[in-house]
Amino acid sequence: MSTPTSSSLGKDAWDRLLANKMAMASLILLLLISILCMLGPVLSSHSFDQQNLDEVFQAPSFAHPFGTDNLGRDLFARTTYGGRISLLVGLLATLVSLLIGVTYGMVSGYAGGRLDAWMMRFVDVLYSLPFIIFVILLMVLFGRNFLLLFLAIGAVEWLTMARITRAQTLSLKRAEFIEAARALGYSHSRILFRHLLPNLIGPIIIYATLTVPAVMLLEAALSFLGLGVQAPMSSWGSLIQEGAEKMDAAPWLLLFPGSFFCLTLFALNFIGDGLRDALDPKHSKN
Amino acid sequence: MTKVIFSRFLQALPTLWVIATVTFFMTRFAPGGPFDSEKAIPEEIKIKLQSHFGLDRPLFDQYLLYLKNLLQGDLGPSFKYPEWNVSELIATAFPVSLTLGALSLTIALLLGIPVGMIAALKRNTWMDYLPMSLTMAGICLPTFVLGPFLIYGLSTQLGLFPPLGWYGPSDWFLPSLTLGLFYAAYIARLTRAGMLETLQQEYIKTAKAKGATPWRILTKHAARGGLLPVMTFLGPAFAGLISGSFVIESIFFIPGLGKFFVTAAFNRDYTMVLGTVLFYATLIIFLNLFVDLVQAWLDPKSRQSK
Repeated sequence: MSTPTSSSLGKDAWDRLLANKMAMASLILLLLISILCMLGPVLSSHSFDQQNLDEVFQAPSFAHPFGTDNLGRDLFARTTYGGRISLLVGLLATLVSLLIGVTYGMVSGYAGGRLDAWMMRFVDVLYSLPFIIFVILLMVLFGRNFLLLFLAIGAVEWLTMARITRAQTLSLKRAEFIEAARALGYSHSRILFRHLLPNLIGPIIIYATLTVPAVMLLEAALSFLGLGVQAPMSSWGSLIQEGAEKMDAAPWLLLFPGSFFCLTLFALNFIGDGLRDALDPKHSKN
Repeated sequence: MTKVIFSRFLQALPTLWVIATVTFFMTRFAPGGPFDSEKAIPEEIKIKLQSHFGLDRPLFDQYLLYLKNLLQGDLGPSFKYPEWNVSELIATAFPVSLTLGALSLTIALLLGIPVGMIAALKRNTWMDYLPMSLTMAGICLPTFVLGPFLIYGLSTQLGLFPPLGWYGPSDWFLPSLTLGLFYAAYIARLTRAGMLETLQQEYIKTAKAKGATPWRILTKHAARGGLLPVMTFLGPAFAGLISGSFVIESIFFIPGLGKFFVTAAFNRDYTMVLGTVLFYATLIIFLNLFVDLVQAWLDPKSRQSK
């Protein structure tokens, strides 16, 4: 409350985020997990696919901090390596869904009229479809291709992004700075990407943060069904699946990848909520 | 209202046609075929399939033949189990998935709504904070992590329930709980938010001023508006329950439609894949229509705008 006029909107939002303890704790946790996943495979003296049949099903110890699996592979190396894959898929697929959703939503909202109505009707129809079925079908039929994996996931997750972007575009379309840009005779694409897009960044960031865990969940579910990442590569989903199978013999096989995965989802959700409260105080929960 | 229902029916037909077309050509253009694993196709199957789909004819003719059969409600025989029709296979497997889905949703509603209501009424006390942090954990705990842990705890260690299979009611609890808990958590959060907003409305104050008891306000006045977000969520929830059942059926070895579908896709059982996709799509379209109708009944505002 000191000098409200001198602080910008961005600084206000940043201050609110810093004051949100849950979000900050989540941010630190997420950073720690990411660093561990990046450095883990390098630091570990074992490689993620190195088998050692003399050391199968070893409980966590000093040599193998997370224990070993049925082929004697080091679970620490596998969990951190799998984390890389899971986080990478999460980020890339979110990027794909952002590119499609934001462009689609902006064009639809900016164009308005009949085109807008048709484009949104199309989204409504897609919304009502069992898309997971198509993703499963794609993965089964065309092999478990890494590129295809996040393209398919991204193609499913763009719908909500498109709706949010459209709603924001509609409310900004009549703003004076857009009218001014039009009066200056700028092209539509220049108005969309140079003038409109920067003002949509807030909601886009919020929703993107919430899309990452959704995407990671989908990837993990696919890997769990044996349709995602293939052995000897690992992702958290495939590790959880292996762990669930061998839970009776070696519970740590489920415990470590499962905890890493859940903590990451937890952190991402809290960061998303925190960002929403920070960037959009009107919509804060209480 | 009849007009709305009628137009939605008309809308569903082209949607289903697009789905049938996309799936048909997607399966056909994918590498591999239904008879890859066997040395040769048994003669009896070949005759049956050829008479039905004309497999020796060009692909487009096969497609037209499929659509023609489809219009007569005939999904054809399964490529993998030719003694069965696809509709028979669906009729065997779907009741299992339906039981699982219905039980999960019941658990979710019976658990989620009361918890959310109590949290809203006792806002900012421990009766709000404790359940709400638990629901956050429930949302972040995926079924494929929760399921194995529940099996380990309740079945392997305590021996309360059978770990897998689907033979009798005692097998139903663990899978339904695993699938239902996520939705219970989500519904609890939605109920709380919806109730908090409704409880601030003027008509609630009026009811209070007229001396209505808190219980009566809750059940008679606030519930209808406060549960609207939950109703809106039910549409996506149905779709989610279906995809969730894929994972659950795989964890607990349940012979439901999800398991059939994944197996059929692996086997390149074209007719079974197509039949299942169309069945799911029809199901979801009708469930969405149902949800919209209930919503219109609950919320007069959305009725007017239609």
